[in-house]
Amino acid sequence: MLKKKIIEALDAVSSKRTIKYAVYLIAIVLFFGLILLPPILGIAINWGAIKVVLDDASLKNRALSAITNSFTIALFVSAIDLIAGIPMAWLIARKKSRWLSILDTLSDIPFIVPTAVLGYSLLLFWNGPEGISMLFSGPLISEGWLLVILLHFTFSFPVVVRVIVGALLDYKREFENASRTLGAPPFTASRTVTFPIIKPSLIAAFILAFSRSLSETGATFIVAGTFFENGPVFLQNMKNAYLGVNNTIYYGATVFASFILIAVSVSIFIIIRAVGPRFKLPVRRIWPSFERKLSYSKAESSRNTVTLAIFLVIVLAPSLFVALPAFRAAFTSTLNESLQRVGIWGDYWQGLVLSYTLAAIVTVLNIIIGLPMAIAIARRKFGSSQSAILDILVNIPLVVPSIALGFSLGIFWKQTFAFIPDLLLLIFAHLTITYPYFVRSMSAAVERISMDMEEASRTLGAKPLGVFRTIVLPLTKYSILSGAILVFTRSVSETGATTAVTTTLRTVPVVLVNWIRPPLGQQPATLLQIGLGSGFLILFSFIILLALRLIVKGRGRY
Amino acid sequence: MPDVVIENVTKRFGKLVAVDGVSLHVRDKEYFALLGPSGCGKTTLLRLIAGLIQPDEGKIYIGNRLVNNVPPEDRDVGFVFQTFALFPHMNAWNNVTYGPRVKGFDMKKAGTIGHEVLEMVRLNERLDAFPNELSGGMMQRIAVARALAAGAKLLLLDEPLGQLDAKVRNDLRYEIRRMAKDLGLTAIHVTHDQAEAMAISDRIAVMKKGRIKQVGTPSELYMAPGNVFVANFIGESNFLEGYVANEGDKEMTIELRGGIQFGVTHDEARKGERVVLAIRPETFLVEKGTEKNKNSIAGVVERVTFEGTNIRYEIRLENQDLIVVVKPSMTGEWFSVEDKVTVSFPPEKAHVFEYPTTGLKEEIAVE
Repeated sequence: MLKKKIIEALDAVSSKRTIKYAVYLIAIVLFFGLILLPPILGIAINWGAIKVVLDDASLKNRALSAITNSFTIALFVSAIDLIAGIPMAWLIARKKSRWLSILDTLSDIPFIVPTAVLGYSLLLFWNGPEGISMLFSGPLISEGWLLVILLHFTFSFPVVVRVIVGALLDYKREFENASRTLGAPPFTASRTVTFPIIKPSLIAAFILAFSRSLSETGATFIVAGTFFENGPVFLQNMKNAYLGVNNTIYYGATVFASFILIAVSVSIFIIIRAVGPRFKLPVRRIWPSFERKLSYSKAESSRNTVTLAIFLVIVLAPSLFVALPAFRAAFTSTLNESLQRVGIWGDYWQGLVLSYTLAAIVTVLNIIIGLPMAIAIARRKFGSSQSAILDILVNIPLVVPSIALGFSLGIFWKQTFAFIPDLLLLIFAHLTITYPYFVRSMSAAVERISMDMEEASRTLGAKPLGVFRTIVLPLTKYSILSGAILVFTRSVSETGATTAVTTTLRTVPVVLVNWIRPPLGQQPATLLQIGLGSGFLILFSFIILLALRLIVKGRGRY
Repeated sequence: MPDVVIENVTKRFGKLVAVDGVSLHVRDKEYFALLGPSGCGKTTLLRLIAGLIQPDEGKIYIGNRLVNNVPPEDRDVGFVFQTFALFPHMNAWNNVTYGPRVKGFDMKKAGTIGHEVLEMVRLNERLDAFPNELSGGMMQRIAVARALAAGAKLLLLDEPLGQLDAKVRNDLRYEIRRMAKDLGLTAIHVTHDQAEAMAISDRIAVMKKGRIKQVGTPSELYMAPGNVFVANFIGESNFLEGYVANEGDKEMTIELRGGIQFGVTHDEARKGERVVLAIRPETFLVEKGTEKNKNSIAGVVERVTFEGTNIRYEIRLENQDLIVVVKPSMTGEWFSVEDKVTVSFPPEKAHVFEYPTTGLKEEIAVE
């Protein structure tokens, strides 16, 4: 009875225009105040520090070379992701077989395995004596740029596949059927009709892969080796070498690299957003006989074989390779030591609890401040152009390298509010990084709900909060759940921003990175310890994925 | 040349049998309609002919060629979709010339064909317009032009007028037929609108639950329906239930509820058999008063609806059956509610059907 009265009272309040807009306004203020402005201001207030880099030609060149490596690898990997991801997505979305449903699930695995674990797994597979190198006289692939490319491909490939599969499933097959009845063989139909129509999704997939590649720190640091640096590895190396030793160089190098990384990635993002819609896929020119050959039997089966081979050999096997030492460790004393928190395991479990607590807090905060923002964007509450601008701004943290973001965010808060606890900083950093994932998926879900339904609800007497409670929420609850899981797993994976904002709090991926690449003076953990630590993390990630699949299964498109 | 022969074709989607052992022959240059209620399998049958889906059983021939394993692009058909399926990223010109281009025609030839078909649909001045800049009627005409430009001799139309306003729909249906006839095409037109099918088709196949109930010209289906479903679905019929009371040489006597007897032209039914009489609303004769003749029954007017061309009367007969009678509004006598009338009909205008084993309601149901 009381609950009903409270709901009625809130419903009545929500119909007041000032209250309604205050909710959206608070969401926007929080977005600017907590997420968008702090990283920018962090760099701005330390702008003078870059003088030390500008005066030191070798440090400047080292930073620029690392940043160039970052963008080159990100562009290359995103392009390869699309080339390899399209046939894989096609296979999953279009072919009907029970095996393909398994393949669909398998393709998510690298996505949910925390990247630090993934990096170690790849290192073992490509470089370790028990991996594929067993077949050769020495390590098949040494630590360095090639392994970084393989790593970035491995973790961004599932994201690209997932986005394209979604686009293909949403796409109206009628267009393709029309093309076929007009005489186009399957290859021509998909090239001239399907892919130009789902081009926005291809661009989105490219941006996601590009930004993930630019952002990734922990795993890249594991596989990069001593001589290769990209932007995040450079920042990590600067921190390891100079923090507390020569803070002037540390700050100078970090502000310099962070500024360039942020400025260039935001520029590339804006260029892709602006030019992407005008970019014409090669449609007009058609080679009927050649494309016909590509459409059938031999060409199709060769394409599928190559696609599956790439997935199994380059993505799946290296991702899961860490399970071998984890499995071996389960039959040794390492398992007991881990469960009894002996030695380094105390840190590990503490890190694990911190990671999952942090992820849970960040997920809840995202729902609270992200949901009104998603609705404001989807329903253009502040006008069309303002919503379009907000939509672009929300995406910016996505394309900014997380270590640069974490660093600039950290120095802003610490220099503005010196008393701010590290845990709060960590929450702000993770919130900033995960916010775009939640708002993007939610605004897309809200946009899919026809306005007619909301208007019908209003004409039947529902107040704005009532409309949200009875229409928007039920129709988007599975998107909220999916978005929440996305935020949660991304937060658990995050390394770069975590190390940038705090040295006292260590989340589990940071612990693992330290085990594999310990700071000076510390011993690396054993293979079995790292394997088991990774194994636990994969196990928990699997449980989350399984829970998601079970909850969302068969619940309709919303 | 492209007559279409379908032999015992079945298509299942899981447990649902969408097309159930259908056999059909569509003749060369014929304008043929597949007519039936939603979910009857007509679109599935059309997609089977186009090769967009494959039959589970049976054979499909187009122009004497077995096409079961021929992909859609090699069947030489033009398909017009209900949603038009105009490619949103191409303008009208690129949509229309898409077929010639994917078939490898040189640009000059593709251009000539494009202009010809756009001329035919009178949209040559909207070459640069994208689909979202065109009205529903224009999109429909571009969709037809695109199908024609591919040079197919078999035109398949899946509810091509379903998304248009009534007035535009009426105009365009004759235009499509005219184009098909002018170009000597065989056309198969799917619709759930019996008036549309009657207006444009040479012949119609009426479908229900995946099966063909009857094939015939529009007049055959209207004047001589083969079963109660067709009698109900094509036009409108009054159904009166009864028994065969007597069989004569030329006539038989049907006894309706309440012991009322009518003479109808001799049919297949035998004495004692349960039957249904189907009588069109316009065939009844209605007179004021209660003086009964042969084949007449008294009744009371319960409702009068003025429909413009016609007036529609609902009359409660003395045996409590309710019938609908339609009379031209400009001629004859008008009746009012509660008027006592006598209703009769010519014996040859009543169709006698065996009472359906599944029940009359189930047999005439459209869903």
